[in-house]
Amino acid sequence: MRIVDLATADQDFIAEVEARSHQNLRTCYQCGNCTAGCPYTFVYDHSVSQVMRLIQLGQRDAVLQCKSIWLCGSCQSCTTRCPNRIDVAKVMDVCRHMAREQGYATEREVKLFADAFLRSVERHGRAFELGLMADYVLHSGRVFTDADLAPKALARRKLPFRPHTVVGRDQIERIFQRFRKGGAHV
Amino acid sequence: MSKVAYYPGCSGQGTSLEYDRSTRAVCAAVGLELVDVPDWSCCGSSPAHTVNHVLSAALSARNLDLAHSLGLDVVATPCPSCLTNLRNAALEMEDEAFRDTVNALLDRPCAGRVDPQSVLQVLVEQVGVDEVARRVTRPLTGLRVACYYGCIMNRPPERMRFDDHENPMAMDRLMEAAGAEVAPFPLKVECCGASFGVPRGDIVARLSGKLLDAARGLGVDAVVTACPLCQMNLDLRQSQINAALREHFRIPVFYYTQLLGLALDVPRSELGLDRLCVDPRLALGKIKAPAPVR
Repeated sequence: MRIVDLATADQDFIAEVEARSHQNLRTCYQCGNCTAGCPYTFVYDHSVSQVMRLIQLGQRDAVLQCKSIWLCGSCQSCTTRCPNRIDVAKVMDVCRHMAREQGYATEREVKLFADAFLRSVERHGRAFELGLMADYVLHSGRVFTDADLAPKALARRKLPFRPHTVVGRDQIERIFQRFRKGGAHV
Repeated sequence: MSKVAYYPGCSGQGTSLEYDRSTRAVCAAVGLELVDVPDWSCCGSSPAHTVNHVLSAALSARNLDLAHSLGLDVVATPCPSCLTNLRNAALEMEDEAFRDTVNALLDRPCAGRVDPQSVLQVLVEQVGVDEVARRVTRPLTGLRVACYYGCIMNRPPERMRFDDHENPMAMDRLMEAAGAEVAPFPLKVECCGASFGVPRGDIVARLSGKLLDAARGLGVDAVVTACPLCQMNLDLRQSQINAALREHFRIPVFYYTQLLGLALDVPRSELGLDRLCVDPRLALGKIKAPAPVR
């Protein structure tokens, strides 16, 4: 069992999560509705309500190094059912942003897939499925990912061989460039 | 005739081409005109909002601006994920500070407002279920289906502002209008595993497996969806789910527009039924030959 030291509450962390998510996290009274409806609890290391409690207690490392924030599917069940109208899914999102920025990726494949997807969008303006799968396989080393599905998808012409390039794709490239330069946090 | 801007979304160009095609065909058949957003780009899907909300909003805002340039009030998309991103961006950009930060990433600041809606919402609210029913010439009598909405089509309600967030009925009513028998599906808004299919297939196997199991328990001939990702998880990955759970599901998973298209007598070539992975022929065979229409 991991011990949480309540004397070491990182106040800056609490303030940052609140500011970036625009949520008042102090109103969470641990009713557990978010956890009850969350379909992903079976793969989490901390349930959603535990993540919320750890944020309230200023446990920066425990939150940013947990797996749950990477495995949230953004299904909005928690946000929809929170009696105090906390946008819990947004809080999970913000924690994942902060984890990324600080170099954590406790679910490496999940991060690599998102990276491959966005590289595809940056390059072509739209997601190019075959290309992003190749990119993902290259970076993750998981050579046989979905290899069983390829013949089925190809036979049904679900995987075009060429990207549908957007005329203004340089505009999209510039969105990414400006984002990286500015490191926009809101 | 109603007229809305149309944002097809990336998957409509590949993995869910049949959804895009059948959507266009059904809208044409019920007198809804779709005007393509010119040179639209990806909304960022889930990866963008898990990286940064400004980046995500900027990718959507470029498209909102292009949609606005068409001079139409509503931009409709078949995909719930695109819908969520476009809607979030539109709502969050009502905040001036946020809008300025987003616009700083764009070549051209996003001007004006346009309301992103799902094609499902436009069909139900602008065309109307009765009007759809009136146009049905080949009812799906004999076909029993479960309507699966996926998690984000109606959630959270204050953002999506359409239908019921725990028990949505729009698709149920359209399928009934098409003459199908609709089973009450208790998991209609449960998550299918979303975009974890590639990095964590085990999650999709478990969550989508639960959906298929519930559908089988209802004795339905097919599941009907309105989401390209849900369809892919339930249909293309059904073999993986079977392998992972030692199951033998063989439940076809249609887009609601495919079945609606059949009932509206849209040419089959536009419905892409041959693109489904689980063979739909057994289910389609349940449809009784329609009574001759005079």
